[in-house]
Amino acid sequence: MELKGTVWKFGDDVDTDAIIPARYLNTSDPKELAGYCMEDADPAFPARVRPGDIIAAGKNFGCGSSREHAPIAIKAAGVSCVIAGSFARIFYRNAFNIGLPIFESPEAAADVELGDEVSVDVNTGTITNLSKGKTYRANPVPPFMQQIIAAGGLISYIAERMKRQCTK
Amino acid sequence: MQNGVNQMPMTITEKILAAHAGKERVVPGELVSVRVDLVLGNDITAPVAIKEFNKIGVKDVFDRERIALVADHFVPNRDIKSAEQVKTVKEFSRKHGLPHFFDVGQMGIEHCLLPEQGLVGPGDLVIGADSHTCTYGALGAFSTGVGSTDLAATMATGETWLKVPETIKFEFEGTLKPWVGGKDLILYAIGAIGVDGALYKAMEFTGAAIAGLSLDGRFSMCNMAVEAGGKNGIIAPDEITAAYVEGRCRRPYQFYRSDPDAVYEKVYHFDVALIEPQVAFPHLPENTRPVSEAGNVAIDQVVIGSCTNGRMEDLRIAAGVLQGRKVHKNVRLIVFPGTREIYLQALKEGLIETFVTAGGAVSTPTCGPCLGGHMGILAGGERAVATTNRNFKGRMGHPESEVYLSNPAVAAASAVMGRIAGPEEVV
Repeated sequence: MELKGTVWKFGDDVDTDAIIPARYLNTSDPKELAGYCMEDADPAFPARVRPGDIIAAGKNFGCGSSREHAPIAIKAAGVSCVIAGSFARIFYRNAFNIGLPIFESPEAAADVELGDEVSVDVNTGTITNLSKGKTYRANPVPPFMQQIIAAGGLISYIAERMKRQCTK
Repeated sequence: MQNGVNQMPMTITEKILAAHAGKERVVPGELVSVRVDLVLGNDITAPVAIKEFNKIGVKDVFDRERIALVADHFVPNRDIKSAEQVKTVKEFSRKHGLPHFFDVGQMGIEHCLLPEQGLVGPGDLVIGADSHTCTYGALGAFSTGVGSTDLAATMATGETWLKVPETIKFEFEGTLKPWVGGKDLILYAIGAIGVDGALYKAMEFTGAAIAGLSLDGRFSMCNMAVEAGGKNGIIAPDEITAAYVEGRCRRPYQFYRSDPDAVYEKVYHFDVALIEPQVAFPHLPENTRPVSEAGNVAIDQVVIGSCTNGRMEDLRIAAGVLQGRKVHKNVRLIVFPGTREIYLQALKEGLIETFVTAGGAVSTPTCGPCLGGHMGILAGGERAVATTNRNFKGRMGHPESEVYLSNPAVAAASAVMGRIAGPEEVV
């Protein structure tokens, strides 16, 4: 599978308050959350983000709170994937659990710029910067995470397992 | 703990993970499926988890006694939507007969409440859909934050998967200066290593200065492990821990310690005699400075409380500074005790009277102002000194407001002076 889109570029340590401010956490409706996504980092983002767009950022993306509303908001805003130098631990886990593709690539994070056209081969982790004619490697996804993705997220993975246990 | 000849030495974190994975030993990097002693959710994260739980298709939760749901973030309910979220959690708790659902009146800020109520203990493995779940490491437990989907899966299965982290050891030696506490030690450490300095790692705090810290100070330290990117913060239990948990813990508990020859990814050594009260400047907890180097920063609000510093020792220190003094005319002081029991004890000791007499407002327990939820939101351009844990842009309200993190003594002194100030300027 290939993801392709235009890059929105952010810096280091993008925290979950920037991704979805706590004042909006009185709802868990993905569409509503998407309307405020990245608002405090770039007020223009929610109105101007287009389906397929890619977020690229520096180190420690998604630091701060455990709110799953953060990857939910990004996914519901139509963003196809996030590329970062590194991800904060809970955000990393949450993104896989809800099915938001994320790629850890310090190389790509340092080089891609706002407005670049980028494509990502999900299976190989190869990131291609179509605007600059460059390719970058993403760190491989741990095999267990691949199982979760293959099952369609953690809930489907667990549901399958529980069903098997019940029928034993 | 006896370490046999054939056994590899392990850290306290590795021992707890091994015990809950049903294994003799585990090594960093290994993926383990672990049995969970307690799982936690709140009024923001639990509603999402309940939605996901209902998709799994199981009838019951894995164990009614091992799930804690605490309405603390937007309570007392901020608006209709927040009220609906708490209602969702309440109805789920009733449907599944969960005894540990806490609403206004009984509730407290989750990470103050669960240890106080004896729901977590030494040697436990706890996961919670709140990033500050790492607080319980102060008791010698392994605890870490996860998201709502992990909470849902664990409510169904009683298990979760974890990667065994490498451990970074932080040795704090020497004698603390006056007015320096656990909050300053953790801020100092975050300042030294950065907000991703312990990304995915266990942070183990040791040394004479830690041994001398009260449990309240230890809770403050482990609470902020996540602000350095840490998976968990942990302190080996000792007689101070034993005195706290005896007669309080509702389940059997176990004391683990790191083996003397355990392997650490890195060891940091700090001489606490050189550490002053710290202030973290906007907009990251790593932007720390000694309070004496803060300069002249005028402030509009002071917030004392939260899962980081809303415990008895914190309130006593703050009241000690405010006793017989007045809050500066340009400053709003908001104090929010961590739990109902802490509130009651503060009433009995006259601390609440001290705060109100000084010109402060005392709130019922809530996470409200810490995350910019309600009960103390900042306007554009306003500045707050807060004993909370995060100072990200817009954390306490308007994106153009600023939060400075400190210990309770510095916060109280700043409230009196109307600018960032050390307690020695006031007392």
